[in-house]
Amino acid sequence: MTIDGVEIEVEAGLTVLQACELAGKEIPRFCFHERLSIAGNCRMCLVHMERAPKPIASCAMPVAEGMVIKTDTDEVRKMRRGVMEFLLINHPLDCPICDQGGECDLQDQAMGYGTDRGRFQDNKRAVKDKELGPLIKTIMTRCIHCTRCIRFATEIAGVEELGATGRGENMEVGTYVEKALTSELSGNMIDLCPVGALTSKPYAYTARSWELKNTESIDVLDALGCNIRVDTRGPEVMRVLPRLNEDVNEEWISDKTRFACDGLKRQRLDKPFVRRNGKLEAATWDEAFAAIAEQLKGKDGKSIAAIAGDLADCESMTALKDLMAKLGSPHTDCRQDGAKLDPSLRAGYLFNTTIAGIEAADACLLIGTNPRLEAPVLNARLRKRSVQGGFPVAVVGGVTGADVDLTYTTQYLGDGAEVLKSIAAGRHDFAKVLKAANRPMLILGQGALAREDGDVILGLARQIAENRGMIDGKNGWNGFNVLHTAAARVGGLDLGFVPGKGGLDTLGILGAAQNGKIGTVFLLGADEIDTDRLGDAFVIYQGHHGDRGAHRADVVLPGAAYTEKNATFVNTEGRVQQTSLATFPPGDAREDWTIIRALSGVLGTALPYDTLKAVRGRLVEVNAAFMNLGEVTPAPWGAFGKDGETSAAPFRCPIDNFYMTDPISRASLTMAQCADMRVGETGKTGTDG
Amino acid sequence: MTGGQETFTFNAENVEKAKDVLAKYPEGWQESAVMPLLDLAQRQNQGWLPKAAMDFVADMLGMPPIRVYEVATFYTMYNTKPVGKHHVQVCTNLPCWLRGSDEITGQCKKSLGIDFGMTTEDGMFTLSEAECLGACVNAPMIQIGDDYFEDLDASSTKSILDELKNGASPKPGSRTGRHTCEPAGGLTSLTGKDKDAGGK
Repeated sequence: MTIDGVEIEVEAGLTVLQACELAGKEIPRFCFHERLSIAGNCRMCLVHMERAPKPIASCAMPVAEGMVIKTDTDEVRKMRRGVMEFLLINHPLDCPICDQGGECDLQDQAMGYGTDRGRFQDNKRAVKDKELGPLIKTIMTRCIHCTRCIRFATEIAGVEELGATGRGENMEVGTYVEKALTSELSGNMIDLCPVGALTSKPYAYTARSWELKNTESIDVLDALGCNIRVDTRGPEVMRVLPRLNEDVNEEWISDKTRFACDGLKRQRLDKPFVRRNGKLEAATWDEAFAAIAEQLKGKDGKSIAAIAGDLADCESMTALKDLMAKLGSPHTDCRQDGAKLDPSLRAGYLFNTTIAGIEAADACLLIGTNPRLEAPVLNARLRKRSVQGGFPVAVVGGVTGADVDLTYTTQYLGDGAEVLKSIAAGRHDFAKVLKAANRPMLILGQGALAREDGDVILGLARQIAENRGMIDGKNGWNGFNVLHTAAARVGGLDLGFVPGKGGLDTLGILGAAQNGKIGTVFLLGADEIDTDRLGDAFVIYQGHHGDRGAHRADVVLPGAAYTEKNATFVNTEGRVQQTSLATFPPGDAREDWTIIRALSGVLGTALPYDTLKAVRGRLVEVNAAFMNLGEVTPAPWGAFGKDGETSAAPFRCPIDNFYMTDPISRASLTMAQCADMRVGETGKTGTDG
Repeated sequence: MTGGQETFTFNAENVEKAKDVLAKYPEGWQESAVMPLLDLAQRQNQGWLPKAAMDFVADMLGMPPIRVYEVATFYTMYNTKPVGKHHVQVCTNLPCWLRGSDEITGQCKKSLGIDFGMTTEDGMFTLSEAECLGACVNAPMIQIGDDYFEDLDASSTKSILDELKNGASPKPGSRTGRHTCEPAGGLTSLTGKDKDAGGK
């Protein structure tokens, strides 16, 4: 085909608009979006096609052999100016007070195709704003009816709640009945909205886009490692937006990732604290380190233990691990939920199929997991695959029951280990489905692992994977997947932050602390443990929020949150990614690994690295996977898990409340509002999954 | 927006009718029945669709409720607010307007004492402005309930509305006496019984 006199070859199935993009021609558009169905209703993308009686909407026209397209003629410009004039007829002139101002498609394109005066003399229409919950603010008079939000809700998020009611001039986008959206991905509509009709409610009127400094980073509030952009003004994180990464999050992020950032400003630990006479008192770094040195003086290394939390970065974990080794303690664990993951074989704790790999699978078994709550963006990928058809999904436990709505069709098989045994033995009907599939996969959740018989369940899952053709080395297919809920977990396992020889795991440490065998426990951001079970142990808490761990601590070392440090995280696939410092930690707080390095000096067991580069060198030394930034290193298959008896208890979802899973989201007011809203609804609709 | 009605289900007769409607569509395409079912619901419910009725239809067809709301609000023949016993819709589009729809509109407003979009206090009449109802050849016209009243002027409009007020049933169709949409001045062709001309 020919575009503006230049001949190009493009794949069949593309639209003219995409072909023009490939040819380097920018076509203005509002309704078209690569990931949504084609609507063709904004008419902004009109181009001239030879032998066509009238201009064509390039977004809705498939390319064909021999097409001759002109995108840059006076005629085309005139048509687009006409369309723009129509769009602006009912669009208010409130850009100066609009939060979209500065990053608005309509504003930008009006610079190219708008006129400096309107010919429309009548009253503009006014539309009542819709109430869509605590996250999305609506100013519906600004809406230009591109229907991107409707298509997103219907197609990507899988909650058909938005629609266009009325017709013609009376058309309105909304839910018709007043209700908050029940999607965990609703915030993405804000990005999709090309105008200021849908904007972020928590961010409303707080900043202008050109005042913000953008920092590319990684999300840590679930285990996917969604690529994000942190927008800051001075010392404050104003908002979090998604970054494109086709392999991980495409261009979506969950509402928690996006809106929990106000939790970064509340309940922060900004100076060290030392417990004196039963009360935590502010102290200096020297005093805090001295208190620890005093406590550890002459103590046997075996009476010291360390537990790493869900948000711990790899640098600090490796430093702490090395410090514990120097102190002579084998008691380290990063599995604070007690999940019986086997650290010895990487393939046994990774999401081996990879997130993008889900699109190649043709059957899926979910075990003890509710991906909609544990990883909404991954759930969107499952849905994307599901709507393409030929993708039976079965659920075993981890959800509230057979009526669970994961936004795609699922078959509920049961809630416990018995079903797994029957599938592993090939007796179950779904075993046949898996057998018949070319690329079957299973997703094993923490709900099935964080229990007494977790290692047996892990073994059962391995059997299912092996017996049902999920491990196909010849074709490079590995359908065995563990879905983690904590950003720190895979990194911790990769670094061997697990019990050493003769060491205790999390439950063991808690038990030993309770009966006094362990006298000192170092919590690296570990807040999800039962702190009552720490007994009389001396607790050192290093972290960034005054959450459960800090309340129990005897010494508090203030660390940095994920937006305040250059840190490495490994996502559930085993993808190594790094966050970037967007703002500095508050007050006296410091980057986490430097705290441990400083402490090691005070204890007289100085760690051999002083720079970030040196620590990262140490990471690679411990595990070569850390060399491949941004990549997934395929892990070789092997044996893991155990045989044995299983309990009849049902698999439970590890997440009760999607909006409050970690110290940051628990401190967030926005998340609290969301949680309140959902709790009010669950009884009635049961849509919380 | 939704009125006071909380619940809605089809009566026995409509349950049967709904079955017939659904049987027209192949398995898996039941959503196609949304319009006839909404019509049944509206007829059962005094000419309008409360939210409960739309939800009922959505549930029956396994559709998300919003998709039904979209349909019901798009088409003007579905009323999402209560209407009077007689729903008077005056066409005011160009052909009717050229033939004097302003006069008809004025007469309706005068006779009923209400403006467009309103319902009389006794709940007998709702007056609406309608877009082209496809009877241009008999313009001007109004639709009351399911019936078209055509070739109107102020006095014939008044008599129709008066009859309705008195509980009578005015005869639908043209008020000038012509048969359906035959030429106003009588037939000019196809007047004979000649077989060759195609008449039988």
